[in-house]
Amino acid sequence: MKTADAPLRSRPPVTDLPAGPTRLLAGWYRSGGRADLHAHLAVHGPLDLPPRPDPRFGQWLADAVHRAGLTGRGGAGFPTARKLAAAAGWRRPLLVVNAMEGEPASAKDRALLSCAPHLVLDGAEATALAIGATELLVCVAAEHRDVAARLRTALAERVGRGLVRVAIDVAQPPGTFVAGEESALVRWVGGGPALPTFRPAKGAPLRVGRRPALVQNAETMAHVGLIARYGPEWFRAEGLPEAPGTTLITLTGALTRPGVHEIALGTPLRAIVALGAPAEVGAVLLGGYGGTWLAAEHLDVAYSPPSLGTLGATVGAGVVGVLPAAACGIAETARLATFLAEESAGQCGPCVHGLPAVAEDLDRLARGVGDRATFDRLRRRLQAVTGRGACGHPDGAARMVKSALSTFATDLAAHLQQRPCAGRGHPPVMPLPRPGWSRP
Amino acid sequence: MSERLRVDPVRCDAFGYCAELLPELVTLDEWGYPILDGAPVPAGLVELARLAVRQCPRRALFLEQVPDPAPPRAMRRPRAPRVTTARHAGPTRR
Repeated sequence: MKTADAPLRSRPPVTDLPAGPTRLLAGWYRSGGRADLHAHLAVHGPLDLPPRPDPRFGQWLADAVHRAGLTGRGGAGFPTARKLAAAAGWRRPLLVVNAMEGEPASAKDRALLSCAPHLVLDGAEATALAIGATELLVCVAAEHRDVAARLRTALAERVGRGLVRVAIDVAQPPGTFVAGEESALVRWVGGGPALPTFRPAKGAPLRVGRRPALVQNAETMAHVGLIARYGPEWFRAEGLPEAPGTTLITLTGALTRPGVHEIALGTPLRAIVALGAPAEVGAVLLGGYGGTWLAAEHLDVAYSPPSLGTLGATVGAGVVGVLPAAACGIAETARLATFLAEESAGQCGPCVHGLPAVAEDLDRLARGVGDRATFDRLRRRLQAVTGRGACGHPDGAARMVKSALSTFATDLAAHLQQRPCAGRGHPPVMPLPRPGWSRP
Repeated sequence: MSERLRVDPVRCDAFGYCAELLPELVTLDEWGYPILDGAPVPAGLVELARLAVRQCPRRALFLEQVPDPAPPRAMRRPRAPRVTTARHAGPTRR
């Protein structure tokens, strides 16, 4: 049954607030298709926004987002309200919505933009008006032309209904792994290459020309769109007090049903993995390819930044990659490390030379031709690349490999004695963007 | 206010002059890129550190001002680090 023909509502009455952990994807579950403007308004009602940038609205929104406890959904998990507050004093700022999703295993921002583009645009417009931006740019990776086309259709619908208060444009930077890093993205928007920038002082705003740019992840914007409608108490009704709200995750790896899901923060990891109907789970890769491996014995942990933090893991960009017990974690990690080395921006020596060296050591270990000296050299190299790039790319790669060394200690011990491990000959599990990447 | 050495990893091309001039503060990784420990430069090495900054062929090395560790009773708020780039500390300024 479709609800697209339901009469348009004004602000929903308090008793009629959407309940349950399905918020961002509510329209999708109702209709099974892209929410056009009519369907979007039927589900969520119109959003009251000031006609032009307004500092009082900015204060109100920053306060609402602060009380909601929303954190960025792009990977770093920084409190969104702090970014809004910092941007409030900027002159002629620009808002950049980051839907680059350079992480090959992640599909959640694309899924969200495909099925609920108006929710992202609502939040982006609210954020722009709050920080005093009259322009906003949504960045979608070049190869995702279909997503950009749907977004342009959505923009045209808003123009047709006279709902546009801010100049909105869609841009398509190259879809490399590092292009979605915020300094690379802003550099590209300013006419440069999509490569990270060295920032001596981390607090200083990124700039396009002289204009400061605020970069926000697409999913984060959609949450802001809902908080602006329903308020912070509603947002906190799902999730945990210390990690409120819902989040999108991409389930990938050895699953019968991979896909994008919306879950309440704090859901047990085991229940999340079960959504994908896996075979016997060996380990889970959390966050993304610069994330953390977690052994199956930790599956009862709550999926929230504080709980995962106690195990040294983060939610990152929401990737939950399942490795079957039958596969070799060291071989899989070698494959991912080779990919990450290849995706280096090629700017910083420790990353340019260090990541291929790390990948090679791992590959030797995986093939059973590495010994204790290889292992010790790998540990040294992981230390040597950490914290030594302009961006976090080498740090992420090192974090993932380090977590593999402890998570797959049993496999590693077998490899170090030049014995084949139980997962020998298992086909590659985690998805990589190019066909040539199916094998290390 | 003390200073610490930092390197712009994008500019650095592993010439290694900094490690030759300042082995006390700079070691090189296996690929020849400097590893800096981020500690304040001891007073006795500040002049050498300035020389290393000036001598860097890629102008990748720079000194950054860092607030001194607050004395136990002081309630001053730490200030954000201020940055001096190689360009500002050029050969004309001693």
